[in-house]
Amino acid sequence: MKPMLLAEFTATSCIGSGLAPTLASLDKKRSGLTHCDFETVRIDTHIGEVPGVDAQRLPAEQRLFDCRNNRLAELALRQDGFLDGVDAAAARWGRRRIGVFIGTSTAGIMQTELAYRARDPVSGALPVDFVYGTTHNSFSVADYVRRRCGLEGPAMAVSSACASSAKVFGTARRMIEAGLIDAALVGGTDSLCLTTLYGFHSLQLTSPAPCRPFDVARDGISIGEAAAFALLERASAKVGGDSILLYGVGESSDAYHMSAPHPEGLGAKRAMQAALTAASLEPGDIDYINLHGTGTPSNDRSESQAVTSIFGPTTPCSSTKGATGHTLGAAGALEAVICALAIRNGMMPGGVHTTRVDPTLTAHYIKENRHSPLRRVLSNSFGFGGTNCSLIFGRAG
Amino acid sequence: MKLPGYVAGIGVLGPGLLNWPQAAAVLSGRQPYAAEPTVLPIPSMLPPAERRRTGRVVKLALGVALEATARADADPAPMPSVFSSSGGDGHICHEICQALALSTREVSPTRFSNSVHNVAAGYWSIATGSMAESNALCAFDASFVAGLLDAMTRIAVDRQRVLFVAYDTEYPPPLHAKRPIPDALGIAMVLTPERTATSIARIDVALTDEGADKMPDPGLEALRSAIPAARALPLMRLLACGAAGRVVLDYLDVSRAAVQVEPCA
Repeated sequence: MKPMLLAEFTATSCIGSGLAPTLASLDKKRSGLTHCDFETVRIDTHIGEVPGVDAQRLPAEQRLFDCRNNRLAELALRQDGFLDGVDAAAARWGRRRIGVFIGTSTAGIMQTELAYRARDPVSGALPVDFVYGTTHNSFSVADYVRRRCGLEGPAMAVSSACASSAKVFGTARRMIEAGLIDAALVGGTDSLCLTTLYGFHSLQLTSPAPCRPFDVARDGISIGEAAAFALLERASAKVGGDSILLYGVGESSDAYHMSAPHPEGLGAKRAMQAALTAASLEPGDIDYINLHGTGTPSNDRSESQAVTSIFGPTTPCSSTKGATGHTLGAAGALEAVICALAIRNGMMPGGVHTTRVDPTLTAHYIKENRHSPLRRVLSNSFGFGGTNCSLIFGRAG
Repeated sequence: MKLPGYVAGIGVLGPGLLNWPQAAAVLSGRQPYAAEPTVLPIPSMLPPAERRRTGRVVKLALGVALEATARADADPAPMPSVFSSSGGDGHICHEICQALALSTREVSPTRFSNSVHNVAAGYWSIATGSMAESNALCAFDASFVAGLLDAMTRIAVDRQRVLFVAYDTEYPPPLHAKRPIPDALGIAMVLTPERTATSIARIDVALTDEGADKMPDPGLEALRSAIPAARALPLMRLLACGAAGRVVLDYLDVSRAAVQVEPCA
């Protein structure tokens, strides 16, 4: 594929709202995970909650979109001058020539969860002020972002579970390469809700402790929330050497099970290989891998096998989910931004909370931050339904 | 900017629409339209354990996907797919929200696994053994054209045949009052970059400011406006008539999709 420029990017998660605090947290190996006290949830687990989401207000003309998920999106859009960057892009390309592709798994489903608690005792009807389309529906966050930014190109939500906001990069690059648009606002937003907290708990996939990816004692995920966005454009010949480019997108399906990864990671392997092929790179060209690394015994085992089968046992890799939690449909975009920060600052973030790496996992998991120039990095995102996506980012120079 | 491709096979299932040949007879006016509740097929292509767990969304999407691939004489395994739906499984969503409204909050793990928007894509991959990439999209009422654009850009850029499935099912009460989709309807197409032995027509898709075409039959127009996947009906009608022409399909508030159709016969 033709490399694409990340003209702008920003991320908001429990380790920071915007790039500077996010980088500072990664640098200090600070985790944002705390014991769960979200809403009325009573589960012994840790969560990655973003401060200030409830206090965030949407512009008056978008009030129908008001829900936790869109408040989180709004909070993230306001960081790092991202909205100004989008305005400049709109002036450069035209509003019709910029698409909006946002990944989410549950969007604003919490509005419906709350509405079900407030049903009419006689008729069973949901409250009059509950609006489905602009809150609960998966498209809600993509529609909110396009209206908020005044963009009029093609728009959609990609909702492929925990690979959603990695896959938006694939949709965007196809639309740009096909010539339908010149640029795309891509990203992901998923917010804490009862469906995912109780749902993952029912599958016995949540850890009572802060998650410890690749640890010998790992016992599940910590659910987090995040919103991360990037402005993707065709990379012109004159991009600066410090610019961050998307070099490859690789996607695959497991054809195995709805909620368990392929035991040997065959789907994951196929996605990573496809990304390398798209980028015209060899495994040895990859300097660092940001793993999906959820901290469940089966995910990490399967991913480690897939990584080792392609890259061998020496390529440094880590999961940043010990710091941010698993932000589900936002994880792909959040970790894409973390990769961009890693490249820009020559810093591989060591895995937080992991004390003893599982000796049966052969991938080269790093626990401490490493400082060295990074040219090409790979990021993995996998999801329920056996959906896999790998992205390769790197410096332009 | 036009996105070209060929329609190599079609699957249709919805209220009063039983399969592509019967739907083609109705859409082209050779048979009257009679609305009947949609009867969904049992997904016999899935292993029994998986089959038991599937809800209406999976039955619908797999049913039309199977019809389209069979009519296109296409092997599903190597084919990338695009699944586009205006919502997830409404019945599962209702069960989960109901459980969460009780103090016990006991969510069924199987229901939770099947609540993801990409549930149909996941089961399609399991049923066909396809490890090819698959997208799961949502654009609310604009979901048909959103999926069509994603599929057509795959053809333009990757030069691969693509399975495109658009499908919607109803929400039960009380959500039904807030999102009144009346019944299940799915449309699947195998789209190819080159003409094949089964090609029905060449299509060229472009964005436009023009207003969307409506269906001349009041019953079919009611269907078109009630179910997002049925926004495709004007295109399906032109394909059913075997005539050259151009239709405009509903999409976003600011744009629609114009589809030029050139029959292959």
